[in-house]
Amino acid sequence: MINNKTTFWGYRRENGRVGVRNHVIILPLDDLSNAACEAVAHNIKGTVSIAHPYGRLQFGADLDLHFRTLIGAGCNPNVAAVVVIGIEESWTNRIVEAIAKTGKPVTGFGIELHGDHSTILRASQVAKQYVQWASELQREQCPISDLWVSTKCGESDTTSGCGANPTVGNAFDKLDPLGVTMCFGETTEITGGEHIVAERCATPQVREQFMKMFDRYQAVIERHKTSDLSDSQPTKGNIAGGLTTIEEKALGNIQKIGKKCKVIGVLDKAEIPTHPGLWFMDSSSAAAEMVTLCAASGYAIHLFPTGQGNVIGNPIIPVIKLCANPRTVRTMSEHVDYDCSGLLQREKNLDQSGDELLEVLIRTCNGRLTAAEALGHNEFVMTRLYESA
Amino acid sequence: MIHILVHDKKDTVGVAVVEGIKAGQELTGWVMEDDSTIIVKALNDIPIGHKVATQSIKNGQTVIKYGFDIGKAVSEIKVGEHAHTHNIKTKRW
Repeated sequence: MINNKTTFWGYRRENGRVGVRNHVIILPLDDLSNAACEAVAHNIKGTVSIAHPYGRLQFGADLDLHFRTLIGAGCNPNVAAVVVIGIEESWTNRIVEAIAKTGKPVTGFGIELHGDHSTILRASQVAKQYVQWASELQREQCPISDLWVSTKCGESDTTSGCGANPTVGNAFDKLDPLGVTMCFGETTEITGGEHIVAERCATPQVREQFMKMFDRYQAVIERHKTSDLSDSQPTKGNIAGGLTTIEEKALGNIQKIGKKCKVIGVLDKAEIPTHPGLWFMDSSSAAAEMVTLCAASGYAIHLFPTGQGNVIGNPIIPVIKLCANPRTVRTMSEHVDYDCSGLLQREKNLDQSGDELLEVLIRTCNGRLTAAEALGHNEFVMTRLYESA
Repeated sequence: MIHILVHDKKDTVGVAVVEGIKAGQELTGWVMEDDSTIIVKALNDIPIGHKVATQSIKNGQTVIKYGFDIGKAVSEIKVGEHAHTHNIKTKRW
Protein backbone atom coordinates (compact mmCIF):
# COMPACT_ATOMS: atom_id res chain seq x y z
CA MET A 1 0.00 0.00 0.00
CA ILE A 2 1.35 3.41 -0.86
CA ASN A 3 0.89 6.42 1.40
CA ASN A 4 2.45 9.83 1.93
CA LYS A 5 5.59 8.16 3.39
CA THR A 6 6.18 6.19 0.19
CA THR A 7 9.43 7.00 -1.58
CA PHE A 8 11.16 5.95 -4.77
CA TRP A 9 14.77 6.12 -5.97
CA GLY A 10 15.11 8.84 -8.55
CA TYR A 11 17.59 11.24 -10.11
CA ARG A 12 17.08 14.75 -8.79
CA ARG A 13 18.00 17.18 -11.56
CA GLU A 14 19.48 20.66 -11.37
CA ASN A 15 16.02 22.28 -11.49
CA GLY A 16 14.58 20.09 -8.72
CA ARG A 17 12.53 17.79 -10.94
CA VAL A 18 13.01 14.05 -10.41
CA GLY A 19 13.62 11.51 -13.15
CA VAL A 20 13.48 7.72 -13.04
CA ARG A 21 15.96 7.17 -15.87
CA ASN A 22 19.35 8.69 -16.65
CA HIS A 23 19.47 9.09 -20.42
CA VAL A 24 21.99 11.03 -22.46
CA ILE A 25 20.11 11.83 -25.65
CA ILE A 26 21.31 12.86 -29.09
CA LEU A 27 18.48 15.06 -30.34
CA PRO A 28 18.05 16.00 -34.00
CA LEU A 29 16.46 19.37 -34.73
CA ASP A 30 15.26 18.05 -38.10
CA ASP A 31 15.02 15.01 -40.37
CA LEU A 32 18.32 15.91 -42.08
CA SER A 33 20.24 15.53 -38.83
CA ASN A 34 19.08 12.02 -38.01
CA ALA A 35 22.07 10.38 -39.72
CA ALA A 36 24.61 12.36 -37.68
CA CYS A 37 22.68 11.69 -34.45
CA GLU A 38 22.51 7.97 -35.21
CA ALA A 39 26.26 7.96 -35.88
CA VAL A 40 27.03 9.70 -32.56
CA ALA A 41 24.77 7.27 -30.67
CA HIS A 42 26.56 4.41 -32.43
CA ASN A 43 29.97 5.82 -31.46
CA ILE A 44 29.17 6.54 -27.82
CA LYS A 45 27.61 3.60 -25.99
CA GLY A 46 24.91 4.43 -23.49
CA THR A 47 23.52 7.35 -25.47
CA VAL A 48 20.27 7.25 -27.40
CA SER A 49 19.42 9.02 -30.64
CA ILE A 50 15.86 10.38 -30.90
CA ALA A 51 15.33 10.24 -34.66
CA HIS A 52 12.18 11.78 -36.15
CA PRO A 53 11.01 12.82 -39.62
CA TYR A 54 10.20 16.54 -39.20
CA GLY A 55 11.54 20.03 -38.62
CA ARG A 56 11.76 21.66 -42.04
CA LEU A 57 9.50 24.43 -43.33
CA GLN A 58 7.00 24.12 -40.53
CA PHE A 59 5.37 27.37 -39.43
CA GLY A 60 2.97 28.93 -36.96
CA ALA A 61 1.39 26.76 -34.28
CA ASP A 62 2.78 23.60 -35.93
CA LEU A 63 6.34 24.93 -35.64
CA ASP A 64 5.70 26.01 -32.04
CA LEU A 65 4.59 22.46 -31.25
CA HIS A 66 7.70 21.07 -32.97
CA PHE A 67 9.96 23.16 -30.74
CA ARG A 68 7.86 22.51 -27.64
CA THR A 69 8.08 18.75 -28.20
CA LEU A 70 11.86 18.67 -28.76
CA ILE A 71 12.61 21.14 -25.96
CA GLY A 72 10.25 19.25 -23.65
CA ALA A 73 11.93 15.94 -24.46
CA GLY A 74 15.32 17.46 -23.65
CA CYS A 75 14.06 19.07 -20.44
CA ASN A 76 12.41 15.84 -19.22
CA PRO A 77 13.96 14.84 -15.87
CA ASN A 78 14.69 11.34 -17.20
CA VAL A 79 17.32 13.02 -19.36
CA ALA A 80 20.69 13.81 -17.74
CA ALA A 81 22.30 15.61 -20.67
CA VAL A 82 21.60 16.47 -24.30
CA VAL A 83 23.52 16.83 -27.55
CA VAL A 84 21.46 18.67 -30.19
CA ILE A 85 22.33 18.47 -33.90
CA GLY A 86 20.58 20.53 -36.58
CA ILE A 87 21.23 21.38 -40.20
CA GLU A 88 21.93 25.00 -39.23
CA GLU A 89 22.84 26.73 -36.00
CA SER A 90 20.06 29.24 -35.43
CA TRP A 91 17.16 26.85 -34.73
CA THR A 92 19.60 24.39 -33.14
CA ASN A 93 20.60 27.06 -30.61
CA ARG A 94 16.95 27.85 -29.90
CA ILE A 95 16.58 24.29 -28.59
CA VAL A 96 19.92 24.36 -26.74
CA GLU A 97 19.11 27.63 -24.97
CA ALA A 98 15.68 26.43 -23.84
CA ILE A 99 17.04 23.13 -22.47
CA ALA A 100 19.94 24.96 -20.78
CA LYS A 101 17.41 26.78 -18.56
CA THR A 102 16.93 23.51 -16.63
CA GLY A 103 20.62 23.66 -15.69
CA LYS A 104 21.47 20.34 -17.31
CA PRO A 105 24.46 19.98 -19.67
CA VAL A 106 23.50 20.62 -23.30
CA THR A 107 25.51 21.44 -26.42
CA GLY A 108 24.36 22.03 -30.00
CA PHE A 109 26.02 21.51 -33.37
CA GLY A 110 25.05 22.86 -36.80
CA ILE A 111 26.00 20.74 -39.80
CA GLU A 112 26.25 23.52 -42.41
CA LEU A 113 29.85 24.73 -43.08
CA HIS A 114 31.14 21.58 -41.33
CA GLY A 115 29.57 18.50 -42.91
CA ASP A 116 28.58 15.27 -41.23
CA HIS A 117 32.12 13.99 -40.50
CA SER A 118 33.29 16.96 -38.48
CA THR A 119 29.89 17.30 -36.76
CA ILE A 120 29.83 13.65 -35.75
CA LEU A 121 33.41 13.87 -34.44
CA ARG A 122 32.78 16.98 -32.33
CA ALA A 123 29.37 15.83 -31.09
CA SER A 124 30.80 12.40 -30.18
CA GLN A 125 33.52 14.04 -28.09
CA VAL A 126 30.91 15.94 -26.08
CA ALA A 127 28.55 12.95 -25.86
CA LYS A 128 31.37 10.83 -24.41
CA GLN A 129 32.01 13.39 -21.67
CA TYR A 130 28.29 13.60 -20.91
CA VAL A 131 27.72 9.86 -20.71
CA GLN A 132 30.71 9.34 -18.40
CA TRP A 133 29.55 12.21 -16.20
CA ALA A 134 25.97 10.90 -16.12
CA SER A 135 27.12 7.39 -15.26
CA GLU A 136 28.33 8.65 -11.89
CA LEU A 137 25.07 10.34 -10.91
CA GLN A 138 23.38 8.52 -8.03
CA ARG A 139 19.73 7.84 -7.38
CA GLU A 140 18.36 9.32 -4.19
CA GLN A 141 15.26 8.64 -2.13
CA CYS A 142 12.45 10.95 -3.21
CA PRO A 143 8.91 11.42 -1.90
CA ILE A 144 6.12 10.04 -4.06
CA SER A 145 4.91 13.63 -4.56
CA ASP A 146 7.96 14.17 -6.83
CA LEU A 147 6.53 11.70 -9.32
CA TRP A 148 4.78 12.65 -12.57
CA VAL A 149 2.69 9.82 -14.10
CA SER A 150 0.83 9.85 -17.42
CA THR A 151 -1.59 7.34 -18.92
CA LYS A 152 -2.96 6.37 -22.30
CA CYS A 153 -4.36 3.02 -23.44
CA GLY A 154 -3.85 1.27 -26.78
CA GLU A 155 -5.04 -1.64 -28.90
CA SER A 156 -7.92 -1.64 -26.46
CA ASP A 157 -10.62 -4.24 -26.40
CA THR A 158 -13.54 -4.81 -24.08
CA THR A 159 -11.24 -6.28 -21.40
CA SER A 160 -9.50 -2.87 -21.21
CA GLY A 161 -12.70 -1.31 -19.91
CA CYS A 162 -13.37 -4.27 -17.59
CA GLY A 163 -9.93 -4.68 -16.05
CA ALA A 164 -6.81 -2.84 -17.20
CA ASN A 165 -8.24 0.70 -17.42
CA PRO A 166 -10.11 0.55 -14.08
CA THR A 167 -6.85 -0.71 -12.51
CA VAL A 168 -5.10 2.48 -13.67
CA GLY A 169 -8.11 4.45 -12.39
CA ASN A 170 -7.80 2.82 -8.98
CA ALA A 171 -4.07 3.63 -8.91
CA PHE A 172 -4.75 7.25 -9.94
CA ASP A 173 -7.36 7.59 -7.18
CA LYS A 174 -4.65 6.51 -4.71
CA LEU A 175 -1.87 8.71 -6.18
CA ASP A 176 -4.02 11.86 -6.40
CA PRO A 177 -4.22 12.62 -2.64
CA LEU A 178 -0.42 12.09 -2.35
CA GLY A 179 0.35 15.10 -4.52
CA VAL A 180 1.39 13.20 -7.65
CA THR A 181 1.17 15.06 -10.99
CA MET A 182 -0.85 13.02 -13.50
CA CYS A 183 -2.39 13.31 -16.94
CA PHE A 184 -4.65 11.63 -19.45
CA GLY A 185 -5.78 12.78 -22.89
CA GLU A 186 -6.87 11.22 -26.22
CA THR A 187 -9.41 13.91 -27.08
CA THR A 188 -11.35 12.06 -29.78
CA GLU A 189 -11.38 8.84 -27.84
CA ILE A 190 -13.57 10.41 -25.18
CA THR A 191 -16.40 10.73 -27.72
CA GLY A 192 -19.46 9.28 -26.03
CA GLY A 193 -18.04 9.78 -22.54
CA GLU A 194 -17.29 13.51 -22.70
CA HIS A 195 -20.20 14.25 -20.34
CA ILE A 196 -18.54 12.08 -17.69
CA VAL A 197 -15.20 13.87 -18.00
CA ALA A 198 -17.01 17.23 -17.98
CA GLU A 199 -18.71 16.30 -14.71
CA ARG A 200 -15.33 15.41 -13.22
CA CYS A 201 -13.79 18.81 -13.99
CA ALA A 202 -12.94 20.60 -10.73
CA THR A 203 -14.36 23.99 -11.71
CA PRO A 204 -16.73 25.46 -14.34
CA GLN A 205 -13.69 27.14 -15.96
CA VAL A 206 -11.88 23.83 -16.41
CA ARG A 207 -15.09 22.26 -17.75
CA GLU A 208 -15.42 25.04 -20.29
CA GLN A 209 -11.78 24.67 -21.37
CA PHE A 210 -12.17 20.90 -21.66
CA MET A 211 -15.35 21.15 -23.74
CA LYS A 212 -13.71 23.75 -25.99
CA MET A 213 -10.84 21.34 -26.70
CA PHE A 214 -13.27 18.45 -27.19
CA ASP A 215 -15.51 20.43 -29.59
CA ARG A 216 -12.53 21.73 -31.56
CA TYR A 217 -11.27 18.18 -32.15
CA GLN A 218 -14.78 17.00 -33.15
CA ALA A 219 -14.81 19.77 -35.76
CA VAL A 220 -11.49 18.46 -37.16
CA ILE A 221 -13.04 15.00 -37.51
CA GLU A 222 -16.18 16.42 -39.14
CA ARG A 223 -14.10 18.43 -41.60
CA HIS A 224 -11.87 15.56 -42.75
CA LYS A 225 -13.89 12.40 -42.32
CA THR A 226 -14.86 10.36 -45.35
CA SER A 227 -17.03 7.87 -43.47
CA ASP A 228 -18.28 7.31 -39.93
CA LEU A 229 -14.63 6.57 -38.98
CA SER A 230 -15.54 2.93 -38.49
CA ASP A 231 -12.25 2.01 -40.18
CA SER A 232 -10.17 4.18 -37.86
CA GLN A 233 -11.90 4.76 -34.53
CA PRO A 234 -12.46 2.09 -33.22
CA THR A 235 -9.41 0.58 -34.98
CA LYS A 236 -9.44 -2.77 -36.74
CA GLY A 237 -7.65 -4.19 -33.70
CA ASN A 238 -10.28 -2.74 -31.35
CA ILE A 239 -13.07 -4.29 -33.43
CA ALA A 240 -11.31 -7.67 -33.59
CA GLY A 241 -11.17 -7.42 -29.81
CA GLY A 242 -14.91 -6.91 -29.54
CA LEU A 243 -15.26 -3.11 -29.30
CA THR A 244 -18.10 -2.00 -31.57
CA THR A 245 -18.51 1.79 -31.39
CA ILE A 246 -16.52 4.88 -30.38
CA GLU A 247 -18.95 5.42 -27.49
CA GLU A 248 -18.17 1.97 -26.07
CA LYS A 249 -14.44 2.55 -26.53
CA ALA A 250 -14.66 5.96 -24.84
CA LEU A 251 -16.57 4.66 -21.81
CA GLY A 252 -13.87 2.02 -21.38
CA ASN A 253 -11.08 4.54 -21.96
CA ILE A 254 -12.16 6.94 -19.23
CA GLN A 255 -12.12 4.20 -16.60
CA LYS A 256 -8.46 5.26 -16.40
CA ILE A 257 -9.34 8.39 -14.43
CA GLY A 258 -10.83 6.37 -11.62
CA LYS A 259 -13.84 7.28 -9.56
CA LYS A 260 -12.60 10.13 -7.37
CA CYS A 261 -9.87 12.19 -9.11
CA LYS A 262 -10.96 15.62 -10.29
CA VAL A 263 -9.64 17.09 -13.51
CA ILE A 264 -7.86 20.18 -12.22
CA GLY A 265 -6.80 21.69 -15.52
CA VAL A 266 -6.24 21.24 -19.22
CA LEU A 267 -2.96 21.25 -21.13
CA ASP A 268 -2.24 22.03 -24.73
CA LYS A 269 -0.10 19.42 -26.51
CA ALA A 270 3.34 19.12 -24.82
CA GLU A 271 2.47 21.89 -22.36
CA ILE A 272 4.02 21.56 -18.91
CA PRO A 273 1.61 21.30 -15.95
CA THR A 274 2.12 23.84 -13.18
CA HIS A 275 1.03 21.89 -10.11
CA PRO A 276 0.06 18.40 -8.87
CA GLY A 277 -3.23 16.69 -9.66
CA LEU A 278 -4.91 15.16 -12.72
CA TRP A 279 -4.61 17.11 -15.99
CA PHE A 280 -6.33 16.56 -19.32
CA MET A 281 -4.04 17.01 -22.33
CA ASP A 282 -5.60 17.76 -25.70
CA SER A 283 -3.92 15.05 -27.76
CA SER A 284 -4.07 12.44 -30.45
CA SER A 285 -5.29 8.98 -29.46
CA ALA A 286 -2.46 7.34 -31.43
CA ALA A 287 -0.24 5.61 -28.87
CA ALA A 288 3.23 6.80 -29.81
CA GLU A 289 2.07 10.39 -30.48
CA MET A 290 0.35 10.66 -27.11
CA VAL A 291 3.18 9.08 -25.11
CA THR A 292 5.70 11.35 -26.87
CA LEU A 293 3.60 14.39 -25.90
CA CYS A 294 3.53 13.14 -22.28
CA ALA A 295 7.34 12.86 -22.34
CA ALA A 296 7.56 16.40 -23.72
CA SER A 297 5.26 17.66 -20.94
CA GLY A 298 7.72 16.36 -18.37
CA TYR A 299 6.01 13.15 -17.24
CA ALA A 300 8.57 10.65 -15.95
CA ILE A 301 6.67 7.37 -16.28
CA HIS A 302 3.64 6.08 -18.16
CA LEU A 303 0.89 3.54 -17.41
CA PHE A 304 -0.32 1.88 -20.62
CA PRO A 305 -3.26 -0.53 -20.44
CA THR A 306 -3.76 -2.72 -23.50
CA GLY A 307 -6.29 -5.36 -24.52
CA GLN A 308 -5.20 -6.86 -27.83
CA GLY A 309 -1.52 -6.12 -27.18
CA ASN A 310 0.01 -2.78 -28.19
CA VAL A 311 3.82 -3.08 -28.08
CA ILE A 312 4.76 0.62 -27.76
CA GLY A 313 7.73 2.05 -25.87
CA ASN A 314 9.36 5.48 -25.69
CA PRO A 315 13.02 6.56 -25.59
CA ILE A 316 12.46 9.10 -22.80
CA ILE A 317 9.88 7.57 -20.44
CA PRO A 318 9.35 3.96 -19.34
CA VAL A 319 5.99 2.63 -20.57
CA ILE A 320 4.42 0.08 -18.21
CA LYS A 321 1.98 -2.29 -19.96
CA LEU A 322 -0.88 -3.90 -18.15
CA CYS A 323 -3.42 -6.26 -19.62
CA ALA A 324 -6.59 -8.04 -18.48
CA ASN A 325 -7.12 -10.16 -21.59
CA PRO A 326 -5.98 -13.71 -20.72
CA ARG A 327 -5.38 -14.58 -24.38
CA THR A 328 -3.07 -11.57 -24.89
CA VAL A 329 -1.25 -12.29 -21.64
CA ARG A 330 -0.66 -15.83 -22.92
CA THR A 331 0.24 -15.05 -26.52
CA MET A 332 2.23 -11.80 -25.96
CA SER A 333 3.61 -12.32 -22.48
CA GLU A 334 6.95 -10.68 -23.30
CA HIS A 335 5.16 -7.31 -23.64
CA VAL A 336 3.16 -7.40 -20.41
CA ASP A 337 4.54 -5.85 -17.21
CA TYR A 338 1.43 -6.44 -15.12
CA ASP A 339 -1.15 -9.17 -15.74
CA CYS A 340 -4.52 -8.18 -14.25
CA SER A 341 -6.59 -10.85 -16.05
CA GLY A 342 -7.48 -12.33 -12.65
CA LEU A 343 -9.90 -9.42 -12.23
CA LEU A 344 -12.18 -10.87 -14.90
CA GLN A 345 -12.53 -14.15 -13.02
CA ARG A 346 -13.07 -12.43 -9.65
CA GLU A 347 -9.74 -13.88 -8.45
CA LYS A 348 -8.82 -10.41 -7.20
CA ASN A 349 -10.69 -7.17 -6.73
CA LEU A 350 -9.99 -3.76 -8.20
CA ASP A 351 -8.42 -2.47 -5.02
CA GLN A 352 -5.87 -5.32 -5.01
CA SER A 353 -5.20 -4.86 -8.70
CA GLY A 354 -4.56 -1.11 -8.19
CA ASP A 355 -2.14 -1.86 -5.34
CA GLU A 356 -0.26 -4.43 -7.41
CA LEU A 357 0.07 -1.99 -10.30
CA LEU A 358 1.42 0.67 -7.92
CA GLU A 359 4.02 -1.80 -6.70
CA VAL A 360 5.11 -2.40 -10.31
CA LEU A 361 5.14 1.38 -10.81
CA ILE A 362 7.47 1.98 -7.85
CA ARG A 363 9.77 -0.90 -8.82
CA THR A 364 9.97 0.50 -12.35
CA CYS A 365 10.71 3.98 -10.99
CA ASN A 366 13.50 2.43 -8.91
CA GLY A 367 15.15 1.09 -12.04
CA ARG A 368 13.44 -2.13 -13.11
CA LEU A 369 13.33 -2.13 -16.89
CA THR A 370 9.91 -2.35 -18.50
CA ALA A 371 9.15 -5.01 -21.11
CA ALA A 372 9.24 -2.30 -23.78
CA GLU A 373 12.67 -1.08 -22.60
CA ALA A 374 14.07 -4.62 -22.56
CA LEU A 375 12.66 -5.22 -26.05
CA GLY A 376 14.11 -1.95 -27.37
CA HIS A 377 10.85 -0.14 -28.17
CA ASN A 378 11.82 3.51 -28.71
CA GLU A 379 8.90 5.04 -30.57
CA PHE A 380 9.27 8.83 -30.66
CA VAL A 381 6.46 10.23 -32.81
CA MET A 382 5.85 13.94 -33.12
CA THR A 383 2.34 15.32 -33.62
CA ARG A 384 1.91 17.52 -36.70
CA LEU A 385 -0.94 20.01 -36.97
CA TYR A 386 -0.93 20.70 -40.74
CA GLU A 387 1.10 20.82 -43.98
CA SER A 388 4.56 22.41 -44.20
CA ALA A 389 5.02 25.76 -45.95
CA MET B 1 -16.35 -20.01 -13.88
CA ILE B 2 -17.49 -16.60 -15.12
CA HIS B 3 -18.16 -16.56 -18.86
CA ILE B 4 -19.48 -13.04 -19.29
CA LEU B 5 -19.09 -9.81 -17.39
CA VAL B 6 -21.79 -7.13 -17.12
CA HIS B 7 -20.78 -3.71 -15.78
CA ASP B 8 -24.09 -2.18 -14.75
CA LYS B 9 -27.55 -3.59 -13.99
CA LYS B 10 -29.02 -1.40 -16.74
CA ASP B 11 -26.70 -2.92 -19.38
CA THR B 12 -28.26 -4.84 -22.26
CA VAL B 13 -24.98 -6.52 -23.27
CA GLY B 14 -22.20 -8.44 -21.48
CA VAL B 15 -18.57 -9.17 -22.44
CA ALA B 16 -17.19 -12.70 -22.98
CA VAL B 17 -14.18 -13.05 -20.68
CA VAL B 18 -13.23 -16.64 -21.57
CA GLU B 19 -12.11 -18.16 -24.84
CA GLY B 20 -14.10 -20.67 -26.85
CA ILE B 21 -17.76 -19.94 -26.00
CA LYS B 22 -19.92 -22.12 -28.29
CA ALA B 23 -23.52 -21.71 -29.50
CA GLY B 24 -25.91 -23.46 -27.14
CA GLN B 25 -23.61 -23.08 -24.13
CA GLU B 26 -25.14 -21.84 -20.88
CA LEU B 27 -23.17 -18.77 -19.75
CA THR B 28 -22.72 -17.53 -16.20
CA GLY B 29 -22.63 -13.75 -16.07
CA TRP B 30 -21.23 -11.58 -13.26
CA VAL B 31 -23.00 -8.25 -12.83
CA MET B 32 -20.26 -6.12 -11.28
CA GLU B 33 -22.52 -3.31 -10.03
CA ASP B 34 -24.39 -5.40 -7.45
CA ASP B 35 -22.25 -8.58 -7.54
CA SER B 36 -25.20 -10.63 -8.78
CA THR B 37 -25.18 -13.54 -11.22
CA ILE B 38 -27.20 -14.06 -14.39
CA ILE B 39 -27.51 -17.03 -16.76
CA VAL B 40 -27.71 -16.55 -20.54
CA LYS B 41 -27.77 -19.22 -23.26
CA ALA B 42 -25.40 -18.36 -26.13
CA LEU B 43 -27.08 -18.41 -29.55
CA ASN B 44 -23.76 -18.06 -31.42
CA ASP B 45 -20.10 -18.78 -30.86
CA ILE B 46 -18.73 -15.73 -28.96
CA PRO B 47 -14.99 -14.87 -29.20
CA ILE B 48 -13.31 -13.61 -26.03
CA GLY B 49 -13.86 -9.86 -25.61
CA HIS B 50 -16.95 -9.82 -27.83
CA LYS B 51 -20.39 -8.95 -26.55
CA VAL B 52 -23.50 -11.03 -26.07
CA ALA B 53 -26.97 -9.54 -25.58
CA THR B 54 -28.23 -10.11 -22.05
CA GLN B 55 -31.62 -8.56 -22.84
CA SER B 56 -33.57 -8.51 -26.09
CA ILE B 57 -32.84 -5.35 -28.08
CA LYS B 58 -35.20 -4.03 -30.76
CA ASN B 59 -34.04 -2.63 -34.10
CA GLY B 60 -33.23 1.07 -33.53
CA GLN B 61 -33.08 0.72 -29.75
CA THR B 62 -30.17 2.21 -27.78
CA VAL B 63 -27.65 -0.37 -26.56
CA ILE B 64 -26.55 0.11 -22.94
CA LYS B 65 -23.12 -0.76 -21.47
CA TYR B 66 -21.46 0.76 -18.37
CA GLY B 67 -25.01 2.06 -17.78
CA PHE B 68 -24.60 4.41 -20.76
CA ASP B 69 -25.48 4.69 -24.45
CA ILE B 70 -22.93 2.92 -26.69
CA GLY B 71 -24.87 3.18 -29.97
CA LYS B 72 -28.02 1.80 -31.60
CA ALA B 73 -29.09 -1.63 -32.78
CA VAL B 74 -29.50 -1.83 -36.57
CA SER B 75 -31.40 -5.11 -36.38
CA GLU B 76 -33.18 -7.01 -33.67
CA ILE B 77 -30.76 -8.67 -31.23
CA LYS B 78 -32.01 -11.67 -29.26
CA VAL B 79 -30.89 -12.61 -25.76
CA GLY B 80 -27.73 -14.69 -26.15
CA GLU B 81 -26.93 -13.36 -29.61
CA HIS B 82 -23.49 -12.04 -30.63
CA ALA B 83 -23.71 -8.22 -30.47
CA HIS B 84 -21.12 -6.39 -32.58
CA THR B 85 -20.59 -4.26 -35.70
CA HIS B 86 -23.07 -6.35 -37.75
CA ASN B 87 -26.00 -5.33 -35.52
CA ILE B 88 -24.83 -2.20 -33.58
CA LYS B 89 -23.70 1.17 -35.01
CA THR B 90 -22.36 4.37 -33.48
CA LYS B 91 -24.65 7.41 -33.09
CA ARG B 92 -21.63 9.74 -33.49
CA TRP B 93 -19.62 10.91 -36.48
